[in-house]
Amino acid sequence: MESALAAGFQGLLLGVVNLGPGQVIMLLIGALLLYLGISKGYEPLLLVPIGFGAILVNIPLADMMGKEGFLRFFYDNGVLTEVFPLLIFIGIGAMTDFQPLLENPKIILLGAAGQFGIFLTLLLALALGFEKLDAVAVAVIGACDGPTAIYVSSKFAPHMLGAVSVAAYSYMSLVPLIQPPIMRALTTEKERQIVMGVAKREPISKTTKIVFPVVVTIFASILAPKGAPLIGTVMLGNLMRESGVVDRLKAAAENEITNIVTLLLGLCIGATMEAGNFLRGETLLDLCLGFIAISLDTAVGVLFGKAMCALTGGRINPLIGAAGISAFPMSARVVQVEGQKYNKKNYLLMHAMSANAGGQIGSVIAAAVMLSVLQGMGIIGG
Amino acid sequence: MDTWTFGWTVALIGMGGTMLVLWVLSLLILLMKKVFPAPRPQADPKKG
Repeated sequence: MESALAAGFQGLLLGVVNLGPGQVIMLLIGALLLYLGISKGYEPLLLVPIGFGAILVNIPLADMMGKEGFLRFFYDNGVLTEVFPLLIFIGIGAMTDFQPLLENPKIILLGAAGQFGIFLTLLLALALGFEKLDAVAVAVIGACDGPTAIYVSSKFAPHMLGAVSVAAYSYMSLVPLIQPPIMRALTTEKERQIVMGVAKREPISKTTKIVFPVVVTIFASILAPKGAPLIGTVMLGNLMRESGVVDRLKAAAENEITNIVTLLLGLCIGATMEAGNFLRGETLLDLCLGFIAISLDTAVGVLFGKAMCALTGGRINPLIGAAGISAFPMSARVVQVEGQKYNKKNYLLMHAMSANAGGQIGSVIAAAVMLSVLQGMGIIGG
Repeated sequence: MDTWTFGWTVALIGMGGTMLVLWVLSLLILLMKKVFPAPRPQADPKKG
């Protein structure tokens, strides 16, 4: 009887005995992510499940990511198959209004410039000794687009998924802190004061809005077939929104599907943050490179805005170049706030929204182009 | 393929390709707006 009691008591202590310092650190990191999501409001929809997933997976002997583990099932079937990020893309498409972009299509070029940080960071990562596909995964944080970063890293560098996702979502929420110093450093006060006037709201026909997602899907997917799942799902969601005939599907994509998938995706990302996998010097490097990628996106966007300013005889305020990243509509709001600091009568919001909508398409196109280039070079399979 | 050939190829074609695709997309949007123009708002008859 005594030995049975002792054995039973030992069973209660097994978890404590097997708790290593790495797991303790990861439990604290999970708690930190929960704190940032709950108390600071940084992307709570993602950081709360990610933080909790990180806690669950670091409980000793719970084996959440083991062969039969509860999180392993969702990870294998939702993340490794890329289904989760693609379902989220349908929701994003259903929620996005491309009207500002359709009104002012030339601004879409700012959405291209706002992705250059991806490619510059790729070079930097290679210089730091990253493997080719690891460098691609860390560079894509510069898309400033969580689902794109998750899609690419889960496909080509799943061991980096946790770091890449946490970096992508954390920095997206920090855009109001990251962008303004760069915008100020690269522009003169005179440039920041340029008045672009109230954007003229141009009516766009319903047919154009319906045809737009179909044309984008066909055109961009033919040019960059590897990115067809990314482009196609965003545009499917947008077609459901604009067609006006599948309101139930649109509502489901915006709400139920996005909510359920966000919860499961967040938990799965957290589940990749096991101590042995996450507590490496490379993780810190991934986080630094992600920060550099988003900073470079902003810098190149603003510089491109300066070029457009010069080419148009000073009619474009270079600040709107910063909205060429994909953080929608946060980045456009940052531009509006910065513009008004230097000229209270300046309303840059609608112009910045056009650039920001361009950035949303730009991030997906940039990833699609990159995947197709990798395929063409034989780095990834066909 | 060595690291730098890989890096510069992806960077240059990636940046150029992204810019090119989005530029053509902007032309397609202009074309769509011409082919499917928005109906003009009808003038209010009471206002003469």
